[in-house]
Amino acid sequence: MSEQRRLRIFRGTRSSGELKEYAVEAGEGMVVLDAVHKIQAEQAPDLAVRWNCKAGKCGSCSAEVNGRPKLMCMTRLSDYPVEQPITITPMKAFPLVRDLVTDVSWNYEVNKRIPGFRPRTPDAPDGTWRMFQYEVERPQEFRKCIECFLCQDVCHVLRTHGKHQEFIGPAFLVRAAAYETHPLDVAERRDFLKTEGGIALCNITKCCTEVCPESITITDNAIIPLKERVVDAHYDPLAALWRKLTGKSND
Amino acid sequence: MGDVRSYEHDVLVIGAGGAGLRAAIEAAAHGAKVALICKSLLGKAHTVMAEGGAAAALGTVVDQDNWRVHFRDTMRGGKMHNNWRMAQIHAQEAPDRIRELEAWGALFDRTADGRINQRPFGGHTYQRLAHVGDRTGLEMIRVLQDKAVHAGVEVHMECTVIKVLVVDERAAGALGYFRETGRFALFRAGAVVLATGGIGKAWQVTSNSWEYTGDGHYLAYDAGAELIDMEFVQFHPTAMVWPPSVRGILVTEGVRGEGGVLRNSQGERFMFRYMPEMFKGDFAATEQEADAWVTGDRMKNRRPPELLTRDVVSKAIVKEIEDGRGTPHGGVFLDIASKRPADFIKQKLPSMYHQFKELADVDITKDPMEIGPTTHYVMGGVKVDAESQMSTVPGLFAAGEVAGGMHGANRLGGNSLSDLLVFGRRAGQHAAELAKRRGRPPASPRAAVDAAVQGALAPFERPTGENPFAVQAALQDVMQRKAGIVRDRSGLEQTLAELERLTERARHVGIAGSREYNPGWHTALDLRSLLAVSEMTARAALERTESRGAHTRGDHPDSDPKQERRQVVVRRDADRMTVRWEAQPELPADLAKLIKEGA
Repeated sequence: MSEQRRLRIFRGTRSSGELKEYAVEAGEGMVVLDAVHKIQAEQAPDLAVRWNCKAGKCGSCSAEVNGRPKLMCMTRLSDYPVEQPITITPMKAFPLVRDLVTDVSWNYEVNKRIPGFRPRTPDAPDGTWRMFQYEVERPQEFRKCIECFLCQDVCHVLRTHGKHQEFIGPAFLVRAAAYETHPLDVAERRDFLKTEGGIALCNITKCCTEVCPESITITDNAIIPLKERVVDAHYDPLAALWRKLTGKSND
Repeated sequence: MGDVRSYEHDVLVIGAGGAGLRAAIEAAAHGAKVALICKSLLGKAHTVMAEGGAAAALGTVVDQDNWRVHFRDTMRGGKMHNNWRMAQIHAQEAPDRIRELEAWGALFDRTADGRINQRPFGGHTYQRLAHVGDRTGLEMIRVLQDKAVHAGVEVHMECTVIKVLVVDERAAGALGYFRETGRFALFRAGAVVLATGGIGKAWQVTSNSWEYTGDGHYLAYDAGAELIDMEFVQFHPTAMVWPPSVRGILVTEGVRGEGGVLRNSQGERFMFRYMPEMFKGDFAATEQEADAWVTGDRMKNRRPPELLTRDVVSKAIVKEIEDGRGTPHGGVFLDIASKRPADFIKQKLPSMYHQFKELADVDITKDPMEIGPTTHYVMGGVKVDAESQMSTVPGLFAAGEVAGGMHGANRLGGNSLSDLLVFGRRAGQHAAELAKRRGRPPASPRAAVDAAVQGALAPFERPTGENPFAVQAALQDVMQRKAGIVRDRSGLEQTLAELERLTERARHVGIAGSREYNPGWHTALDLRSLLAVSEMTARAALERTESRGAHTRGDHPDSDPKQERRQVVVRRDADRMTVRWEAQPELPADLAKLIKEGA
C-alpha cells in the first residue's frame, strides 16, 4: 500500500538556493528521512543530508519539516495530509553548508569551554563512590541529550537575534545542568554560566522544551534551577546597598 | 599534491566511537600529540546506539562473579574460537575500565547500596552488564567525548580516510577527505590506530548506519595487514520487522534480560526446544523455573532459555519462521508486557518504549513486539597482537569491532562496550609509545598520495556513469540472500561471481555535481570498502565447511572438530585476495581446565 507523496526540499548553498519539488512512492510507516533517502538514491544522488542511526538515538538528521524543528528519522509521513507537499528545510540557526546540511561546529566549540566534570574524593578505600538511584535520576534526564541541536535551532536568542557569541544556548545549559546536578561533581561553573554562558539572555519562553525529541524539560528542570544558582552566587546584599547609596557600580 | 592539506601528529586515530575515543585519550595521557578522525560528527558513532550495557565482572550484584567466570562465558559463547589471551585480558581489565568511566563522570544505574547496578544478558552466568536504562552507549560516548576534548585531542569531523600510508613497511599516516569541502588531507603520524567499527552496511537488513562500510578492514587489507575470522558475522536475534521502513532497527537484548520472552504464532515459548548440548543444565527446564528466575530467587532457579547466546537464538527464530510459525510480518513475538508492569518497562527500557510507539504504533507495555534477526556485528577483523593491538603491519593498530579475535565465533552481548574500553586503551598506549620511539614520521610517498587522490576523483569524470546507490543496493541484495544467516557452497560461489560483476560496475560509477558535501560521491568511494569486506566474508565462509557460532552452513550443519581453533586468514597479494588456514595457539593448561570444570 504505497502512495505518491510530494516533498519540497531546499537545494542550494549559502549563496543561492531554492525549494525543489520531488514526487516519491511512500510505503507504510515511512518517515521523512526514508523519503529523502529514496529521492537521493533514485533522483538526486548529490542531495546533501546527515544521518546515522535512523532510530532517534544519534541526533544527526535534524531539519525543519513544514517549519518545525524535527528529527527526520522520527517524523512519519503519515502525520501530514497527503494532498499537501511536505516542505523540508535546513536548520535556520546555523550557517548552511549545502541542501539540508548546516555547519554546527559552533556547538562543539561551546562545549569545549564548559568547565568539565571534577569528582569529589572517593567515598570508599578502593577508590569508588556511592550514589543512589534517586540521586542519579535528575542528571540522567539531562544526559539523555542526543546533541541534535533542535533546541538551539528554535531558541530565538540564537535563531532570531544571532547572539551565538554571548549565549551558549539551551543544549549547553542542559550539559552544564548535567554536571551541576551530578552527585559527585565539585567544579565551579556559576561564573562561566553568568558571563560566557549568558544565561540571563534566556527569557524562558520554553520553545526549546517543546521541540526536544528526548522530552527533556529543558527550561523548568535545567535552565531555571541554573539561573537560581547563578543569582544565589552573585547576589551580595552589601554590594547592592552600596550601589543603591552611591549610584555606582562596584564591578 | 597542491590541493592536499598536510597535518603532523604522533598518533592518528581513525574512528571516533568508543574504541577510537578511548585510544585517543590514552595516547594523549602518554604525552602524544593526537588527531582523531570522525567519519560523522563527534558523538554520533555507532557506540551511541549501544543499548543494553557493558559487561564487566564488578561483582556488585552477585559476589561470586569474577574475571574467571567472565572469561569462561566469553570463550564458551565464542564456541572456543576466541583468541584466548584477548578474552583473558578483556575479562581481567573490564572492571577497571568501567570504574574509570565513573570517575570521568558516567552515571550508571545504581544498586540499592549505591554501587553500579548490573543486568542479566545472554550467555553471561551472572548479572554483569553495567547500564544506563537502555541508552548505555550514549552515556559512554558522551563521557569519552568530553574527556577527549578536554585532554587536548585534535578532532577532525566529517572526514573519511581512503588510504593508510605505508613507508618502509611501516604505517606512516593516512590520506582522507573532508566531506564539507571535498578537499583532501594528509595526516602524517608515527603510529595509526584503526577504530572504524564494522561492516554491517554490506547487508540489506542491518542495525548499522551508513558509516559501517568496513573502511578500517579495507584500509588494513590495502596496507598489507592480515585479517582473520571474516566468516563470523553476528546476526542479532531481535530487530524490528514492521513497518518495512524500520526493518533491521535494533531491539535491545535488555528486553530479554529484564524478563521478555519469545513466542511463536502459536503462543509457544519455543526457546525451550533449542537448547545446545554445551549449555544443557545451565538454563531453566520449565517456564515456571524461568519465571521464578526473572522475578524471584536467581540462585535457586536457572536462567530462561531466551538468554542463550545470540547465534543460538537467531537460528531458532529463523527455524520457527521457516516452519510456518512466524508472525504475519515474518518475525516472532517478543513479549515483556505480560511479564512486567508498565512502569517497570518504561523505566528500564525507555527508548524501546519510545521507538515502538513512534515508529510502529505499538505500546510495548500492552502488546508484544514483532521481531526478527538483523545484521549487527562482525567478529572477524584485523589480526592483532593481544597485548598491544598492533596488526601485522608495524605501526598500524586496530581496536574495537575492526579488530578480530576477541569474540571468536560469536560475541556475547555487552562484551563489545567493554572490549572498546579495554583494547582502545591498550592500542592508544602502545601507539603512543611506538610513536615516541620512532620520532618524527617520514615524508609521505608522493606518488601513492597522488594516485589515491586521482582515483578518488575519477567518478567526477563520468557524470553520466552508473548511479553508485544502485551498485550499493545490488551488493546488499546478494549478501542478504546468499551470505546471510544460513549459507551454502553454491550460494557463496554465486556471491563471489556477483561481487566480481559489481566490482566492474563500481569502476564505472559516475557523479554529477560538486565535491562539496556530495553523498553520491561518498557512496561511490565507500563501495571499494564494501566490495572488499563482502569478498572477504564470502571467501572465508566458503572455506569453513562446518557450522560454528554465527557461521552456519546449510550444507555442513555440524561443527567439525578438525576445524576447531583453526582460522581463515585473508591477505592481499598484489591485486589478488588470498586465503590460508592457520592453527590458533593452544590454551594454557590452567585456562583449559577452568573452561572444562567451571570457575
